Amino acid sequence: MKYVDEFRDPDAVHALSREIHQITRHPWTIMEVCGGQTHSIVRYGLDRLLPPAITLIHGPGCPVCVTPIELIDTACQLAALPEVIFCSFGDMLRVPGSHEDLLHVKAQGGDIRIIYSPLDAVGIAQSNPQRQIICFAVGFETTAPAQAMAVLQARRLHLSNFSLLVAHVLVPPAIEAILSSPENRVQSFLAAGHVCTIMGYDIYEPICRRYQVPIVVTGFEPVDILEGLRLVVAQLEEGRYEVENQYARSVHRTGNLEARKVVDEVFESASRNWRGIGEIPESGLQLRPTFSEFDALRTFKDRIQLSSRANATESECQSGRILQGLMKPSACSAFGTRCTPDHPLGAPMVSTEGACAAYYQYRHHEVAPGEK
Amino acid sequence: MTPKNIKIQCPLPHATEDTIRLAHGGGGHLMQTLIHEIFLQAFSNPFLNSLQDGAVLPSQDGHLVMTTDSYVVHPLFFPGGDIGSLAVHGTINDLAMMGANPLYLSAGFILEEGLSIDTLKRVVSSMAKTAQACGVHIVCGDTKVVDRGKGDQIFINTTGLGVIPSSVDIGPHRITPGDRMILSGDLGRHGMAVLSKREGLTFSGDIASDSAPLHDVVMDLIGRGLSIHCLRDLTRGGLASALNELASTAQVSMTIDESQIPVSESVRGACEILGLDPLYVANEGRCVLFLPLADVDKALSILQSHAISALAVEIGEAHPLSSNHTAQVILRTPYGTHRILELLSGDQLPRIC
Repeated sequence: MKYVDEFRDPDAVHALSREIHQITRHPWTIMEVCGGQTHSIVRYGLDRLLPPAITLIHGPGCPVCVTPIELIDTACQLAALPEVIFCSFGDMLRVPGSHEDLLHVKAQGGDIRIIYSPLDAVGIAQSNPQRQIICFAVGFETTAPAQAMAVLQARRLHLSNFSLLVAHVLVPPAIEAILSSPENRVQSFLAAGHVCTIMGYDIYEPICRRYQVPIVVTGFEPVDILEGLRLVVAQLEEGRYEVENQYARSVHRTGNLEARKVVDEVFESASRNWRGIGEIPESGLQLRPTFSEFDALRTFKDRIQLSSRANATESECQSGRILQGLMKPSACSAFGTRCTPDHPLGAPMVSTEGACAAYYQYRHHEVAPGEK
Repeated sequence: MTPKNIKIQCPLPHATEDTIRLAHGGGGHLMQTLIHEIFLQAFSNPFLNSLQDGAVLPSQDGHLVMTTDSYVVHPLFFPGGDIGSLAVHGTINDLAMMGANPLYLSAGFILEEGLSIDTLKRVVSSMAKTAQACGVHIVCGDTKVVDRGKGDQIFINTTGLGVIPSSVDIGPHRITPGDRMILSGDLGRHGMAVLSKREGLTFSGDIASDSAPLHDVVMDLIGRGLSIHCLRDLTRGGLASALNELASTAQVSMTIDESQIPVSESVRGACEILGLDPLYVANEGRCVLFLPLADVDKALSILQSHAISALAVEIGEAHPLSSNHTAQVILRTPYGTHRILELLSGDQLPRIC
């Protein structure tokens, strides 16, 4: 497969692994921000090709994991309304809310449809004029342009039965929150290639300077990740801190200007509560007032009881510590016992990009009882 | 008003039926028409044609093997097959995996009110052709009709009856550490064909289901005296789930080599886009074989001489339980690292068979 096979080439992987061994002199703690990168690392065992001095920490870059519990509760209420067709990416259906998940609502008769693109939801709205279509707009900067396009398309078609439940989050504020935490151990970042494909990486330059941390924009295949790590380790060992771009085949410094323009037209930044982490200022997106007729929270405000963080019930899930890299999934006392993909206590065990799910899927047998 | 202006007419039912109605399952005239004009016409054979409550079948040498499976695939028609051909292949393959030669099938239909008769005819005709090509007879059947909205067009149940020579003993209980594993072909075609058709996804190079009968190649292997310890078809849950089930039943661990596992370019591409792992995607014409090292070369040459298993390849071996006494399936990555292949959690793809 073109553009994939060459980035999974075993010879290239081993050559990069050797280089990293050669240049590593000191212990370093590096965070890969994106859950897709975590998945690749655990799936291919890439961390086992690194010198023991290097510690990888799995970051908060899984939108399913960080969507706050009160929004899941609101989604469940909306999806249960008889006039509503609730459209969502498949991963969100199993994320536990306070009392139930969307799959449970579906089993109780809620009309919930899995979509692959927000534009599919616009199509559903067109062919069901008597129903209200709500699209669960979840994701980082990567999926925001498609949601924005869906809103613009709905306006062009004069659809009055289409709205978004917006849960979008932004990566740079989360990185800043991690770096400014007193408990922070992270010394450098592999930034998420897909997010930067849209947003570019100029936005990371002030963070890099302010906190003096190397940031390397990195792809998702084994060769990408090891090359990103080699660049990061080289900077750390040489005492440099720069933003570098490993994923140049996809990412330009200013990103995709057209996509950024569409996002900026429809959305504005807002404070957002991150599940397990808490509120991070300016870390989310909300619809601009000129698009408020597409805001499901506004359209349905009289039909649902707005969930707030105060009345949402969190389980014993330690996702906040996991997502900030303060704890490995296998170190959680519930991991693999009370918390499994079939009975998740928290979101990181649900999504395929969640750190706990990745550890469970690829490693849970290796965790000795004493480690739990 | 004069009497000559009065025109009394009895409303007559429409003579032509183009959709299934509840009465088609009601035991009356419409049901008889359905049986004679659709089922008997397509499946006709001496065992079925007597139209008794059961089929009387001749006795056989060896052990009888019986299996049953239900088919609810959506959409009914997909590249490489349809629910009718699948209902024959699936059940025949379950018999073949026991080392049995399939002989007879039953066919139970649950039809949804409003189904087009044309659609039913297409499915039944495909079933008949597939059964004939596989050398099995459909010897008894049943039809029920459910209210519209209570089913999804057509559900089919087939029960299969086959015969296994008394000397043949194939099953997970015979898997022993040291056994080699052969995969009969490339993975993931059926699941991806059904998913892409259902979701209207188009991928470069159409993906057709691998749905096909495995009994000919299995009979060939057995007939040539190969010592096959276990066979398993790789349906729902794919290779990874099948191996996990077998490892757990046989109380062995297994290691397979990721780089040896054939997956077509188009299936790999589709799986990449949708975030699916081909090792967990369903197949309907693929199996894994366990046999002693001494028989591997001969088995591969026989398998590769059949079109259905031309891509057969050795993928790994069984070994004693892992150090923590668990039956694990371990995947060796192309980078020399290892990871555990777990059972699937939840549904990767709903309703693919």
